Amino acid sequence: MNWTRRDLLKGLGGLPILGAVWWAGAASVVNRKKKRSEILNQLNISPSLPHAVPGIGGDPVKVGIIGFGIRGEQLCRSLGFATSEWKEEMKLAAEEDPNNKALEDFLAQDKLNVNLAGICDVFDVRAEKALQSFSTPENKIKRYSTYKDMIMSGEIDAVVIATPDHWHAPMAIEALNNNVHVYVEKPMTHTVEETYLLREAAKNSKATLQVGHQHRQTLSFRTARDIVEKGTLGHVSLIQTNTNRNDDNGAWNYDIHEQANTQTIDWDQFLGSAPKVPFNKNHFFRWRKWWAYGSGLSGDLLTHDYDRLNCVLNMGIPDAVSASGGIYTHNDGRNVPDVLQVNMEFPGFSTGSSQSKGKEKGMTFCYSASLGNSFNRPTILMGHDATMELGNKLTIWPDVASTRYADMLETEKMRPHIPIYQYNPAANVPDAISSATSQYFADKGLMWTYIDGVRVDSTFLHMREWLSVIKNGGEVSCGIKEGFEEAISAHMAGLSWKLGKRIEWDSENQVLKPVEGVNFDEVLLFNGKWKVPTEVLEG
Amino acid sequence: MVTAVHDRRVKISITLLRILIGWHFLYEGIVKLYNPEWTSFGYLASAQGPFKSIFHSLTSPSLIDWVDNLNVTALLVVGITLILGIFEKKGALVGIGLLSLYYLAHPSLPGIQQINVEGNYWLVNKNLIELVACIVIYNYPTARFFGLGHFRKGQLTKKQ
Repeated sequence: MNWTRRDLLKGLGGLPILGAVWWAGAASVVNRKKKRSEILNQLNISPSLPHAVPGIGGDPVKVGIIGFGIRGEQLCRSLGFATSEWKEEMKLAAEEDPNNKALEDFLAQDKLNVNLAGICDVFDVRAEKALQSFSTPENKIKRYSTYKDMIMSGEIDAVVIATPDHWHAPMAIEALNNNVHVYVEKPMTHTVEETYLLREAAKNSKATLQVGHQHRQTLSFRTARDIVEKGTLGHVSLIQTNTNRNDDNGAWNYDIHEQANTQTIDWDQFLGSAPKVPFNKNHFFRWRKWWAYGSGLSGDLLTHDYDRLNCVLNMGIPDAVSASGGIYTHNDGRNVPDVLQVNMEFPGFSTGSSQSKGKEKGMTFCYSASLGNSFNRPTILMGHDATMELGNKLTIWPDVASTRYADMLETEKMRPHIPIYQYNPAANVPDAISSATSQYFADKGLMWTYIDGVRVDSTFLHMREWLSVIKNGGEVSCGIKEGFEEAISAHMAGLSWKLGKRIEWDSENQVLKPVEGVNFDEVLLFNGKWKVPTEVLEG
Repeated sequence: MVTAVHDRRVKISITLLRILIGWHFLYEGIVKLYNPEWTSFGYLASAQGPFKSIFHSLTSPSLIDWVDNLNVTALLVVGITLILGIFEKKGALVGIGLLSLYYLAHPSLPGIQQINVEGNYWLVNKNLIELVACIVIYNYPTARFFGLGHFRKGQLTKKQ
């Protein structure tokens, strides 16, 4: 062939362009990866893998449910039992919105080796609902009229306690004393005294106690622990956690059942240690609004955030707690605050320091809650070297004045407004530098964790771990030590709000420092302001 | 003579358009090819408009790898054919197909919130314009003028 120079230019002119674009694209990716691996090597963070849980072999664990209200039903679903009403409701919800995967996730959940053997609820309608949904000719479920009957029956290996707070400890103690395993909802106890009694009972019992802080199963929190332990954040001096809700459900104004009356509800049993007041539907269904049965924001929601951080930092009980707030958004007869700020002081605590020895020590844990606004404020750990946002996703930004990252900031390998690490289990990829698309996977709830990119109910994992320890021995994630720390810290917050005083912990003697003239448990229960309601509120 | 000069200018303009579009596709394809962590999951999961359920269904674990590989392959095919000037009509068709999908996944329809866009668009956006440019390339092939197509019969410069 006889090609002229002109022919070659016209025919092959595209080749150098192709080569240049190819090279530029490849080089930019490789360069970006190199920068990223340099940061990742420096940080040396490894995302946590799920625990290997030994199987729950042998005979099924015979479980009794105490309390089949909103949370009780949720816990049963985590155990593998959903009411027909719920399934029907979720089927319709999925037809309306294909993104609603509640039923699909439930059906895909692994089966646990349990036998639902007993139910106990003081409201007939709820107990009947459980029997109708779960009792089969092969597996008859027995209804017990009191928790004591259930525990003493000898037919139950383990109980799940999802009652109002004032019943948590008496039931858990009774069960543990009879070597019946316990899964108890948070807060673990309702008074300071009970917290010690339950600790004693747990220590002396052969049975296993798990406190219902299911987020201890969340993999991002385990990864967060690794991040903090490696000094990635430097000295953390302040933690901010928040609750923001602005709806009736979030303010505990739950529906009042139409069939609720003195015939269908065992009112005396509901009251238990609470002041004897006439039958009151509002108290029964919305018990979280009164100190006599519930623990307000400090016991209900602060405990989530406190334990989440205790799981990451293992900081224990604060030396001092001061709280403020009031009933500002739902002045509807409740006596627990709906706006609450709690500052917990840990003067001796440190996550390590990149500066001169002794310069940094101590931390404040600041919890801020409102039931009158739903703006999403994230949980933030603020360290000298970096800031971490903690949720199902973790994001870390370097601090502009960091000592540890000074060189990398100087050479612009890091920039203060660009995350240096992002853990996003839903994306299945730990990402050093955030991309716009990875933002879509964000999920901040306490409900889910991700294993190999698949969404898993953390309560299911928490219960599975409890059942596995019952069968195989070992340690649960949220046992009596964790539960004790959670309960005491929550009670300190409640006491501080009620007394308008700073409440201090004597760590050496493991007791609250006394306040003259004050009986802590009387304050926790009655606040000196307790008024017996005289009218029966109709729902 | 006037028409010949005019014709040449059109050829040069369209060739330029072809090379630049090829450049754009190739670079996108290469960046994704060299980054094994890249996935179209986010783009598809955030799809909007009348066909969003179809795009959402492509994010299922069994399909997403196929979708990603096909996308990268198609981007490279368009890039290589348009830059080198070979099978350019087929390349332009693949480009039209890809751009239609991109447009339909995130259409600039009124009432739909635009995600990750740097400008303001109403019905027409850059994907749609590039799509029409691919139609021009399809209808006005220039590979024989500039590209490997030049080596085809009858194109070579006549030797004296």
